[in-house]
Amino acid sequence: MIKKEMIAMLLAGGQGSRLGVLTAKVAKPAVTFGGKYRIIDFPLSNCINSGIDTVGVLTQYQPLRLNTHIGIGIPWDLDRNVGGVSVLPPYEKSTNSEWYTGTANAIYQNLEYMETYNPDYVLILSGDHIYKMDYKIMLDYHKANNADITIAAMPVPIEEASRFGVVVTDQDSRITEFEEKPEHPKSNLASMGIYIFSWKVLKEALIKLKNQKECDFGKHVIPYCFENNKRIFAFEYNGYWKDVGTLSSYWEANMELIDIIPVFNLYEEFWKIYTKTDALPPQYISKDAYIEKSILGEGTEVYGQVYNSVIGTSVTIEEGAVVRDSIIMQGTVIKKGSVVNKAIVAENVTIGENTQLGVGEEAPNVEKPKIYNSGLVTIGENSVIPDGVKIGKNTAISGETTPEDYPDGMLPGGGIIIKAGEDE
Amino acid sequence: MRAIGIILAGGNNKMMKELSNKRAIAAMPIAGSYRSIDFALSNMSNSHISKVAVITQYNARSLNEHLSSSKWWDFGRKQGGLFVFTPTITADSSYWYRGTADSLYQNLHFLKSSHEPYVVIASGDGVYKLDYNKVLEYHIEKKADITMVVKKLDDKSDIKRFGLVSMSPEGRITEIDEKPIETNLSTASIGVYVIRRRLLIELIEKAAEEDRHDFVKDILIRYKNLKRIYGYKLESYWSNISTVNSYYKTNMDFLDKDIRNYFFKEYPDIYSKVDDLPPAKYNYGANVKNSLVASGCIINGLVENSVLFKKVYIGNNTVIKNSIILNNTYIGDNAYIENCIVESNGTIKANTRYVGEKNEPKIVIENGVSYLS
Repeated sequence: MIKKEMIAMLLAGGQGSRLGVLTAKVAKPAVTFGGKYRIIDFPLSNCINSGIDTVGVLTQYQPLRLNTHIGIGIPWDLDRNVGGVSVLPPYEKSTNSEWYTGTANAIYQNLEYMETYNPDYVLILSGDHIYKMDYKIMLDYHKANNADITIAAMPVPIEEASRFGVVVTDQDSRITEFEEKPEHPKSNLASMGIYIFSWKVLKEALIKLKNQKECDFGKHVIPYCFENNKRIFAFEYNGYWKDVGTLSSYWEANMELIDIIPVFNLYEEFWKIYTKTDALPPQYISKDAYIEKSILGEGTEVYGQVYNSVIGTSVTIEEGAVVRDSIIMQGTVIKKGSVVNKAIVAENVTIGENTQLGVGEEAPNVEKPKIYNSGLVTIGENSVIPDGVKIGKNTAISGETTPEDYPDGMLPGGGIIIKAGEDE
Repeated sequence: MRAIGIILAGGNNKMMKELSNKRAIAAMPIAGSYRSIDFALSNMSNSHISKVAVITQYNARSLNEHLSSSKWWDFGRKQGGLFVFTPTITADSSYWYRGTADSLYQNLHFLKSSHEPYVVIASGDGVYKLDYNKVLEYHIEKKADITMVVKKLDDKSDIKRFGLVSMSPEGRITEIDEKPIETNLSTASIGVYVIRRRLLIELIEKAAEEDRHDFVKDILIRYKNLKRIYGYKLESYWSNISTVNSYYKTNMDFLDKDIRNYFFKEYPDIYSKVDDLPPAKYNYGANVKNSLVASGCIINGLVENSVLFKKVYIGNNTVIKNSIILNNTYIGDNAYIENCIVESNGTIKANTRYVGEKNEPKIVIENGVSYLS
């Protein structure tokens, strides 16, 4: 008989549209982070480090990169005879086939998967947060409280609390009130989107709510259980936890890694973060290169200068190029004499010779000012930037651009160039 | 596949001095991220040889740790796999491996139970890329009994530690001179052989009967006129690391762009065990010039013309020049290290100074407890 005390269900189907061109072709959990990782590595590593060896990864939006990254789970030791990692996309059914319409709906559509493992508890995770957390301790807490649901929650500044699901607790940490993105929050304890459910409670709620449109944990399942007087507890977490849902929070979280002793320390032996390694060779730093306050991935070659930056694997920074305050992802080439300031450059981009990124004054983005702001230049994967052009702040570029796309050799601040890919 | 592979990784060499106290030569770290045996293992894997035996004897702890999972080289398969043979006491034998031929004899079962017609034998101390299928095709075309891979060496000063050969114009080996005192030959055997499996079994059994144990002296040299032994010339990069100076030079070779690109960028790749270390980190005060830096390093000082292996910490105001710093080493503040090989898992205290001779690197062993655990 197959029996797992707790299995994890990892929601990785979201687009993460606030990351703009970074998620045009990949799901948010597959976006790279911290030089060599992808965002999903953090919850997956937390699972295996917490002793959870059965993880269902629910995918929907642009799953190719995610699928190849996860494979059969070898990097996380999740290749198991029983359990291990399973990628769970939506599938056609004899009646009532549908996409995953909400977080809880996605879990509902995989009841059978969970049933196979005969679990006592199910851990619900999302694939877009950066943190290290021992779910085992959370489970012990869940058991000690004889809880039906335990929600991980962390204190946030009260002015930011309205962005989150907020919980109000009594002196025993039992949740007495639950508000989803309230205008006037009654507490500063924000739900982190991490839940432990006792299996029977979860199953009952999901079946009961199966006809709920866009069934969501925060909006429907938790309120439903609350109304039915289930024992719901908050598990307070005080470590590092970062939602990297916007370009500025994504940029900041990366930049925090280059502090002398980062708050989120990847260099500790304990609680390693695992990832699929695409490049093995060491990095090469040439005699004319200079690097300061930066982290660099394997196989990268630097002939120019790098300051305050996070550089991925197999990146080439050529002679005379200067990179500052930027995130450069895997496989990108920055050619001779180019200057890159405060940019996020996605995977396999070619930046031509003597270009300048991040010049001039800030201007609001002409199309999506809520996405492209904070003075960042954002360049989507596989883009090409021609030689000699200048690119202003709050800009976004995606696709193979040519000099004709840059009137007067310039994309002014707030500009945007999206060129359709070859397959569209 | 038409061949099985055997990697002879049992050896030690006095010329490695203190570096071999810790590990077999095949486990020596190379080029920041690799171990010596990765090159032979990757060549086997890239040549689609799916069943490989590694024969180890001397100080195999480090090597066994490296080989603890065969999946990095893609050998974890139902068809084939990676086998590690260390000497064991059996009903018939309580000897260590007394030589290369004896190590094969003691594992004759592996050869007998395979069904592939050919065997590729390689050593664990060579740094090179080679598609063994090309050697096998040459072997078949020449109707050879044994083919040995040979390399013309330009550096005459370092030549006498190899088996040297002379060849007829069509490639037949006419002379084999093992580690000669005096010689005018300049083509060396690199320790890679292709031979038919049944012939190998026959030759090994005959040698054992006569109480002979060495593959080169007791088989190749004695049979050179009796059997058709051919030489396959290797034209690409090859280096043997089994002396301190050649080990140092081989690592420094990777600072050369052409050699680096040949191994790191050109197809096929060299594989190694994955260590899951974070990206290398450069703090204020870091100044790195013409060097290789592996993952997990944290740098606060000056590093020039050097190779830093995985998880090396360089303190503030510390200067590292023309040196190789092996894995998991902590070097404190204000240290000065030039022309050295710093042994792994050590701690160099602040304000320490070690300077070796140019082209005669000093081996630095500090057995302090590592700060980086």
